[in-house]
Amino acid sequence: MTRAFLMRNPSVLWFLLALSLFTLAVTLLSEAGMGVLSTSFVKTLGKTLCLCLVALAMDLIWGYAGILSLGHMAFFALGGYLIGMWLMYARTEEIVVAALSSGPLPATPDEIRQGIATQIFGVVGASDMPAIWAQAHSLPAQLALVLIVPGALAGIFGWLAFRSRVTGVYLSILTQAMTLALALYLFQNDSGLRGNNGLSGLQNIPGLDGVPQETVSLWFFWASALALGLAYVVLSHVVSGKFGSVIRAIRDDEARVRFLGYSVEGYKLFVFTLTAMIAAVAGALYYPQAGIINPAELAPIASIYLAVWVAIGGRGRLYGAVIGAAFVSLLSSWFTGGRAPSVNLGFYTVNWVDWWLVLLGLSFVLVTLYAPKGLSGLIDAAQGLRVPDRKGAALGPDDGALMEQEGRE
Amino acid sequence: MSSLLEVSGVSVSFDGFRAINNLSFAIGPAELRAVIGPNGAGKTTFMDIVTGKTRPHEGRVLWGDPPVSLLKMTEAQIARAGVGRKFQRPTVFEDQTVDENLTMALKAPRNPFAVLRWRRAQADADRVAALAVEVGLGDQLPRKAGELSHGQKQWLEIGMLLAQEPRLLLVDEPAAGMTLAEREHTTRLLVDLAKTRAVVVVEHDMEFVRRLNCKVTVLHEGSVLAEGSLDHVTKNPAVIDVYLGRG
Repeated sequence: MTRAFLMRNPSVLWFLLALSLFTLAVTLLSEAGMGVLSTSFVKTLGKTLCLCLVALAMDLIWGYAGILSLGHMAFFALGGYLIGMWLMYARTEEIVVAALSSGPLPATPDEIRQGIATQIFGVVGASDMPAIWAQAHSLPAQLALVLIVPGALAGIFGWLAFRSRVTGVYLSILTQAMTLALALYLFQNDSGLRGNNGLSGLQNIPGLDGVPQETVSLWFFWASALALGLAYVVLSHVVSGKFGSVIRAIRDDEARVRFLGYSVEGYKLFVFTLTAMIAAVAGALYYPQAGIINPAELAPIASIYLAVWVAIGGRGRLYGAVIGAAFVSLLSSWFTGGRAPSVNLGFYTVNWVDWWLVLLGLSFVLVTLYAPKGLSGLIDAAQGLRVPDRKGAALGPDDGALMEQEGRE
Repeated sequence: MSSLLEVSGVSVSFDGFRAINNLSFAIGPAELRAVIGPNGAGKTTFMDIVTGKTRPHEGRVLWGDPPVSLLKMTEAQIARAGVGRKFQRPTVFEDQTVDENLTMALKAPRNPFAVLRWRRAQADADRVAALAVEVGLGDQLPRKAGELSHGQKQWLEIGMLLAQEPRLLLVDEPAAGMTLAEREHTTRLLVDLAKTRAVVVVEHDMEFVRRLNCKVTVLHEGSVLAEGSLDHVTKNPAVIDVYLGRG
């Protein structure tokens, strides 16, 4: 990090400072320390950091490049599935080996493999290891697949979509269709990923039997914080340079960018694939903390939530995405966790578990209408920034172009 | 003289309407050319064909020496080959500073990986500063393009074109909305530029064309009606009939 880079991106220092303080505080307050925060709450916070990470990816693709993808939570879930395969395989292998070791003869590798397959796939009535599990025994291979599979899927899908110059709302619908198709496929029992049972027991890390969950949860929390911090620095660097200039230009007026000699399709594909891989990494960190993954995680609604977080936080600036994801997802788990007190109106009791979605929908509409900069607008207001009146004109002719109110910074 | 751009026998129609009809046009590597014609004569469609935005149904568009066909290339590839285009309405990136706008246009590798690794060298900074001074925006570098006046945006776009270092410049009504002094500046700039590269100016304003003092191509209903010096074409009865006669 050079000085000039930090001068151009003062938010990087503030962000890293806040993230380190937060990590330190959570570590001290966790059950491994003072014991104020429960292990499950540490996991919730760790998961929230992963959601912030995927929100960063969403901000890059939507806030900067102007592509409203409604499929990034599919890449997130794919990342979870791919790491989950190794977790489940290795964990089951330990159990199977232990069970077979009591027999009179040492178990052959084939018997062990068969035992694992029966254990994992008995629930969907199968006993053969599907071909897609070929590398599940190897952690490095499965980690590589976390990047390769979502990257390849995004690459192929993006190439087909961008090459045909599908833009705007049609592209959003296409990405949503892709997500839905993937979810429906995974719901099938013979998809090789246990149908609607999904993968479970992911919180038990193979080889760490002696380590209590309170410690494991902290490790994952740190890993999530590290990934988020790293991604923030790298992405700040990407968006503050010429590359950021080009993708913001594509967002506002892609036809003009073509006449400057930049291949708009190439850039879109690059950003789409890169953000899919970031989302997959976030998912691979999220699901070991969640413990379970099933195809419902891929439902299109998850990707819509992602867009809502970024919109509420403030599109087109990285800290906005992080603030939005953290704020809304924590608030959401508070409201839906039954901890929010019900409001008794006399004739009707507002139960937040039922009404939270209504509240969220309403605030999304209000933010879009009256505060397009979202929560980041508060930071701008604190800095007293003002810009000229454009009389409602957007900053470019494209669908994804920044609106006048968003462009004020 | 071998030509830089050679358009021959090009036709294109939209929903049966022939916007360009068997059009042929050639320009040398260092030449200034004005293209005039009434509304609907096909001036903008002609530019769209050369820049790859519109594909003709028949005909050839050859570029450079040895000649390559522009018809199989994308807009971005054509721009990289050296064709720059200035739009009638100033189109700059309003959310970005003058500096960023110019930097993006600077001649440099355009693929995403190269752009990701790109660092501003002193030479780039100097070039951007020099361009900004040339188009009268020397003290406006940190300002957002959206804050500039209409005329300043025109200049910024011209600056971006120069930064691209194109071999052929297509300029659509550069003088629209400019003051007299700005027009003179524009004229000098275009005449200057045409000493080292090809410049095609599409213009309505005859006074401005006269000032350019160059060969003129008159378009009408998608094909070339007359070609030659301004005095020559204005004496042509067909031109008077379709263009000048109607005021």
